[in-house]
Amino acid sequence: MGGKRLSGWFDRRGWSDVLIAAPYIWLLLFFLLPFLIVVGMSVATKTSTAPPFSFGGDYPLINLQGYVRAVSDTLYFRSFITSLVSAGIATVFCLLIGYPMALALTRVSKSWRNILLMLVILPFWTSFLLRVYAWMGLMGKSSWFNVGITKIWNALVPAGWAVDFMPMMHSNFAVVLVMVYTYLPFMILPLYASLERLDPTLDEAALDLGSRPWQVFLDVTLPQSIPGIVAGGMLVFIPAAGELVIPTLVGDAASPMIGRVISDQFSSARDWPMASSIAVVLLVLMVVPAMIYGHFQAKAEGSK
Amino acid sequence: MKRRHTFLLSMLCFGFAFFYIPILSMIVYSFNASRLASVWGGFSTKWYVSLFSNKQVIDALILSLQIAFVSACIATILGTMAGIALARFTKFRGRLLFSGLVTAPLIMPEVITGISSLMFFILMAQWVGWPGQRGFTTVTLAHITFSMVFVTTIVQARMLQSDRSIEEAAMDLGSRPWQVLRDVTLPVIFPAIMSGWLLAFTISLDDVVITSFTTGPGSTTLPLLIWSKVKLGVTPDINALATLMVGTVAIGVLIAGIVMHRAERRRQHDEQMAFRANG
Repeated sequence: MGGKRLSGWFDRRGWSDVLIAAPYIWLLLFFLLPFLIVVGMSVATKTSTAPPFSFGGDYPLINLQGYVRAVSDTLYFRSFITSLVSAGIATVFCLLIGYPMALALTRVSKSWRNILLMLVILPFWTSFLLRVYAWMGLMGKSSWFNVGITKIWNALVPAGWAVDFMPMMHSNFAVVLVMVYTYLPFMILPLYASLERLDPTLDEAALDLGSRPWQVFLDVTLPQSIPGIVAGGMLVFIPAAGELVIPTLVGDAASPMIGRVISDQFSSARDWPMASSIAVVLLVLMVVPAMIYGHFQAKAEGSK
Repeated sequence: MKRRHTFLLSMLCFGFAFFYIPILSMIVYSFNASRLASVWGGFSTKWYVSLFSNKQVIDALILSLQIAFVSACIATILGTMAGIALARFTKFRGRLLFSGLVTAPLIMPEVITGISSLMFFILMAQWVGWPGQRGFTTVTLAHITFSMVFVTTIVQARMLQSDRSIEEAAMDLGSRPWQVLRDVTLPVIFPAIMSGWLLAFTISLDDVVITSFTTGPGSTTLPLLIWSKVKLGVTPDINALATLMVGTVAIGVLIAGIVMHRAERRRQHDEQMAFRANG
């Protein structure tokens, strides 16, 4: 009897309730609740107890000191700027390299295209950490790559500018270079997806009507690929801005990126409220590009 | 037109050189007999030998594979459920929050996911006495949470493309809703579920940041072991490890490519046969 009632309930609407409820509850518990803890922690006061924070009692219930410091302290302010500028430059270079590559992929023969696409995706399946590490090997001051670049540099510039090696490691240059390297597939794939859908007869029509190839690109191809550019740009910019691994391994410790500041505040300084305040500010900064992305996505869906 | 093609193809060559020169350099130097990264001391496989005799590395690899397997399976189940729910049920209470919760982990910087998970586990341990210690369980829970949303994205996209009329036909023929799900919907989206699982597995196997925050003493995954070594600089045994990982992935992708190519050819063949039979 009970079993029948249960299966009846399950047939009518229970199966859909279960389908929704299981992932919903999981995300509420393991994503939303931890996130709310960060928001709550951002207004707590640092103490020397364990865990190292406190609300109320001897301390103010809402302590906005973390936010005040996050936006006014020059150390944090510079870290935010460094992160956003590095991520921005990396995004632009990914676009400059990725766009011609994606366009070229749409022009090669079908059998070549699949092989080349696989070669674009292949580095993505290999360890992210090891791709960063590969560049550590190349940029080190006595590596064949660094020695080669140094020779070329010394041959080209006047004698006074000659260097013993290129100071590539532990610089913002290294961070941007490795970001471009690791995130380039994220730019190429959405660009390829949007360029592949374009109708080649439009190009031919524009050429027949007397446009130069460069004008065809600017007037026909580029405007139609804007959704792909925005998607690729977001997929590069958002993770790059919060990056922790790359700046820790190849970055300049004197001008840290914000991801590293959050991690250091949390683990080394054990200042949970400060780390949480910076995290919330970073998230607010991330929401703006994410909303632009959502806007373009909605527009692209609507025009289909 | 011709000139533009030359430019595009040379950019393509440049791009692939950029992708693969660092990896090739790493592979070449894994066979370097010298400990110094800059000096070529002759061919040697001693770093591979020392890698395989290193118990730490083997243990870390096994732990990583275990975590990746368990978290990918649970993430695939939960992620598929969420993907079907979002694609099929356009109206239910809290749908807006649900779709927000599915999108947010995708754009959350890993370091923030890491500290929020760690604070959650520490405070839970204090409030309800669970988890007693951090390690396998906490890492797996964190991995499930951030990889399930990737599965959801893939499954949801596949669901939105698939033809609903088959489901409606099954419904009209008297199937119960969950039977339609089992007999029609799931087989249709099975390829998406498989790629979701593979992605979840890879994400878990590759993760450093979230793992480093949620793990505890004695639970070192392979990426964490590499992370702690790489922070100290370039070492030849990591080159050997990297070569093995790149080789494994390349072979896997190659096999997957061949299998997919064959399946595609068979499908085309079947379609042609069907066409001929009908014509």
